[in-house]
Amino acid sequence: MSTLAAPMPSSALDQDWRKVLRWGFICGGTLIALCLVGMPVELDRREIIERYLSLGYLSVVLVPIVIGWVSASQIVLEGFESRKQGLFDLVTGLVVGVIGGGLLSLLMVALDSWNLRDPLVNWSPKLFRFLTYENGMGFGAGAWIVTCGVLGLVGASLHVVPRIARRIVAIVIIGLLSLSVLEAAVSDVSEGFGLEWLTDLIYAKKGGLTLTSTFVVGAVMAVVAAVTDGRVKAATNRYRDMEGVERQKASMILFAVVAVLCIVLPMFLGKIMNELLANVGLFLLLALGLNIVVGLAGLLDLGYVAFFAVGGYTTAVLTSPNSPWFAPELHFGFSLVFVVIFAIIVGLVIGAPVIRMRGDYLAIVTLGFGEIIRLLFLSDWLGPYFGGAQGITNVPGVDLGFATVKGTDPRSVFYLVLFFSVIAIYVSWRLQASRLGRAWMAIREDEQVAEAMGINTVSAKLMAFVVGAVLAAFSGAVLVAKVGSVFPTSFMILISIIILVVVIVGGMGNIAGVMVGSFVLIGVLGGPKQPGLLQEFQNFKLLIYGMLLVFMMLKRPEGLVPSARRSRELHQEEFLQDAWLRGDKPGIDEDEDAAPLLVGDGGGEEE
Amino acid sequence: MSLLEIKDLKITFGGLDALSGLNFHIDEGEIVSVIGPNGAGKTTFFNAISGLVTPTEGDILFEDESIVGLDPSTVTSLGIARTFQNVRLFPNMTILENVMVAQHCRTSQLIYGALLQTKAFKREEREIRERAIEVLEFFGHRLVGYRMDQPAFALSYANRRRLEIARAMATQPRLLLLDEPVAGMNPIETAELTALVGRLRTEWGFTIIMIEHDMKVVRDVSDRVVVLDHGVPIAQGSYDEVSTNPDVVEAYLGRPVEAN
Amino acid sequence: MPTHAITTKSARRLVSVDRFLTFIRVFLVSVIVIGLLAFIWQQFDADNPFAQWRNPGARGLTGDQFKGLLISGLSQGSMYGLIALGYSMVYGVLGFINFAHGEVFMVGAMTGFIASDKFQANGMWESNFLLCLVLIIVMAVFFSTFTAVVMERVAYRPLRNSPRLIPLITSIGVSFFIQNFVLGLFGPSTKSYPRLPEWLAKQRSILTFEIAGTRLLVLVVAAASMAGLWYIVERTKTGKAMRAVAEDKEIASLMGIDVNRTIVTTFAVGGAMAGVGGILWGLMFRSVTHMTGFLPGVKAFTAAVVGGIGNLGGAMAGGISLGSAESIAPLVILEPLGVPGVSQLKDAVAFTVLVLVLLFKPSGLFGERLSSEDRA
Repeated sequence: MSTLAAPMPSSALDQDWRKVLRWGFICGGTLIALCLVGMPVELDRREIIERYLSLGYLSVVLVPIVIGWVSASQIVLEGFESRKQGLFDLVTGLVVGVIGGGLLSLLMVALDSWNLRDPLVNWSPKLFRFLTYENGMGFGAGAWIVTCGVLGLVGASLHVVPRIARRIVAIVIIGLLSLSVLEAAVSDVSEGFGLEWLTDLIYAKKGGLTLTSTFVVGAVMAVVAAVTDGRVKAATNRYRDMEGVERQKASMILFAVVAVLCIVLPMFLGKIMNELLANVGLFLLLALGLNIVVGLAGLLDLGYVAFFAVGGYTTAVLTSPNSPWFAPELHFGFSLVFVVIFAIIVGLVIGAPVIRMRGDYLAIVTLGFGEIIRLLFLSDWLGPYFGGAQGITNVPGVDLGFATVKGTDPRSVFYLVLFFSVIAIYVSWRLQASRLGRAWMAIREDEQVAEAMGINTVSAKLMAFVVGAVLAAFSGAVLVAKVGSVFPTSFMILISIIILVVVIVGGMGNIAGVMVGSFVLIGVLGGPKQPGLLQEFQNFKLLIYGMLLVFMMLKRPEGLVPSARRSRELHQEEFLQDAWLRGDKPGIDEDEDAAPLLVGDGGGEEE
Repeated sequence: MSLLEIKDLKITFGGLDALSGLNFHIDEGEIVSVIGPNGAGKTTFFNAISGLVTPTEGDILFEDESIVGLDPSTVTSLGIARTFQNVRLFPNMTILENVMVAQHCRTSQLIYGALLQTKAFKREEREIRERAIEVLEFFGHRLVGYRMDQPAFALSYANRRRLEIARAMATQPRLLLLDEPVAGMNPIETAELTALVGRLRTEWGFTIIMIEHDMKVVRDVSDRVVVLDHGVPIAQGSYDEVSTNPDVVEAYLGRPVEAN
Repeated sequence: MPTHAITTKSARRLVSVDRFLTFIRVFLVSVIVIGLLAFIWQQFDADNPFAQWRNPGARGLTGDQFKGLLISGLSQGSMYGLIALGYSMVYGVLGFINFAHGEVFMVGAMTGFIASDKFQANGMWESNFLLCLVLIIVMAVFFSTFTAVVMERVAYRPLRNSPRLIPLITSIGVSFFIQNFVLGLFGPSTKSYPRLPEWLAKQRSILTFEIAGTRLLVLVVAAASMAGLWYIVERTKTGKAMRAVAEDKEIASLMGIDVNRTIVTTFAVGGAMAGVGGILWGLMFRSVTHMTGFLPGVKAFTAAVVGGIGNLGGAMAGGISLGSAESIAPLVILEPLGVPGVSQLKDAVAFTVLVLVLLFKPSGLFGERLSSEDRA
């Protein structure tokens, strides 16, 4: 055994007890916090598997599994012999789970004995009944200690089982969960295609999967997981490695498929789904714009919602007969011209002062501007022009001649949003591979050097601001036409932050990532005021967004769907190490050392 | 007319004179080396010319026009390019992109062209790419071929220094400021780069000011040498004149040379 | 071969941006000056022609009213200052804005509410007020410090070496999380602090200033906290370590200072100050919700910038200046110019001050104190 190997535990009980205790308390603390925030009770409404598992219980159950897995993780260093995971880790998971369960039982005891309802809103008999599964204190406590212990064990065991087993378990769980959770969407689609019998078979009447369908679908997914092992990764790698003409062809096919889906699918979907998709699209538009400002140029604009407001109010003022000051009642298309003009103007006005500021200051100042604009639209002072708190109502839909796009027909709204999204995607795509896009990248890498290389950073940054502003303004215009009115309360800072979460979780600087982020976050959990597919999360989505943001920044800053470039950027060390280990990968000078050149390496004299 | 002329340049940082009383000129096609012990103010000198630092007093004339107070990007667009002592590439951009982006001030396409994919836009993109490859090929096979699409952080140290120079070349300057181009290179690489510096003048027509510590390079390549010590020029002339100048020796060694 | 292209276009763009900025500066300064002049004129002659045009029916401010505004500005400003200290300290040491610091303040205010509510329920609030006050301050400080320290340990320490934007974005996430966690725990209803006992809250007369007892309490406690902080930073070994780490982390660690521990201490002290600020806010305004931390947080950051980021005395001074500006400016500058409903625009004043300071003197009134690596 090499002297570099980690010390082997002499027995399964030879633990780092401090670590185990720590994770146990984290597990217990998380469980208690989860319960007190009210999530499990609220989520209990939705059945995942009819009668046996609700979303509420699932959320509680996931905690010891995840923490069991994490507590048993080892940091594996390349080139070091790592200790093989085994009984030792299972014990860790078990004990962590037991401690967590024990703390949860303490909560139950407390619930029974005292009434802390006064500060803690969710301290209720309902929570008690939920935890004890309607079966009284003793049963509840014992059940949870055992259950959590077992779950912790399961979580830890995921390290020990062969990789294929992990893959199967993961895919089955995620697959079943998605199927259950996306019930509304799936039913809607199958209804559109006349396949109601299928969904009646899979889903139970009160929601959730039936027990039989769980097993059947689960088995199918297990088989699929086993069979497709490695193929997906190989296919993506093949795609990434394609060059030139071949790549163009592959991209075109991919693009065509997605396009057809987007155009055809809404025709088969019901009203609610189309409404949801339109909503997702609006946020996607905003996210694509912010993506250019933050992802490409590196400017953290927290007041982005201001441009959204400008677009909305311009449209309202110019198209609505109720506009208090000046009501030309233009057609939507014609007003779009002014939307663009005003977006550019406001973008320049807000951009000019902030352009030379430090990154953090820029964030706060733009936040300030966003608030100022909202306050101005809300104020009595500008009330005669913009309607103040009452806003402007009676905004007509978009009259396209052959059809009218209005809020009562979500499908038409979706197509309008799709139209603008396509524009936004095109703009992002083209700009990224242009002179301006390269200038933005350089500015994001090292602004001082970019200046020294002849890039007028002020000009380039302003351009980013303006492009982002125009895209946001489009979104505002469409929103107002859809809803039929505009109110200052629609433009809170909250929106900027949620868009930021979408961009970052999806993948900063990367169009596909932003799309995925919008669909997954806004579609499933919902926007600031609009519910997503899972209405139960209405009260908790913001909490989850905050947690997601922190988690992504700590663990995976490149987002869910990273661009190859960004992934490289944030994991330079790993990239280099992998290349070195592979040995024969071209591109690295084999005869000379390559040390990571991190951003910000420059500055400081060494003479 | 000198290409670059510096009159009585004085730069003060918080009470300390980084440079004072600096008079300097360089004619087109010359290669001038600036040497001096550590802390002599050499990089500050470059910073002043390229606009990263504003002089407290004095004037800098490029082609008879004062460039004091101009933004660094304007200075570059006027025809002065520089490298950095502690190589500052754009680490996550590819080699090719690093050199392409350096041509920003020589090209003009904006959003309009990119969005509409006009012929002018495509033509300019092609030209940018071609010029970038042309510049990279100056360094042989090292920075071209499949390497061009590798991120800059993956390069070896010597290649990074070469890319740094290539990037400066791509801005199409008339005056090139090289800040310790061979620092940290082994003797073979140093010799190669010394030859390249000569070729920069003969093949590409650059006028070059070079900060260096390696005296062999200074001797092999320079027309003239300027010595700075504590921000003050203490000698100017050919390498032989300067290297035997007692003030210069004292500045480096700190001891007066005793007459034999 | 090199070409010689002088790009005048980019040079022109630069100049037009600068010209625009100068225009904005001139515009803002003129608005302020004209407003002030109109105000002064209004004081002397309430029916002067300018007032008739812009602000008919206006009366000038009486001396007492003015003093009242000043006092309220001062008390509000000292609370901003207490919060600003945390922002300033963290920026000085780690070089990023801890967006979630406003939430630390809110946690303090919430804790104070829960505690004071319980005290009132069992009668101690009326009978033994001073003890209650001390206890709620201790509890609030405990919880806000705890929050700040956990925040640092979990969310910021792993990101110590990341590019600047990443910790900032993380802090936005943390802020969001804490806001909504508190919402989940305690519900959306507005929480009200109990009234201060009459003997404390009554109006007093000090040096011709009419001041409510509550405001006096705020000023006294804020001053005491500030004094305590000054003592810690200037006179203790911990404080010296904090100052050293703020100057240069690397050298400080080479001098044997435990940088991690010092950073935790910085967060803790900043959190404690914010906790005290939270209690004072609760006693002053008597209502707390989960969103209470947002706006004061941003304004406190403004105060820190106004005073000079990294500069503790400056943070306090910035807070007081901002508080005063907020209460005085709407009535002294905006109303004479004929802007209706000026109280709504109070919040906008803070942001405008931020923009003003960053346009005219970005390093703040008293100069920044940043570590060498953070100086942009």
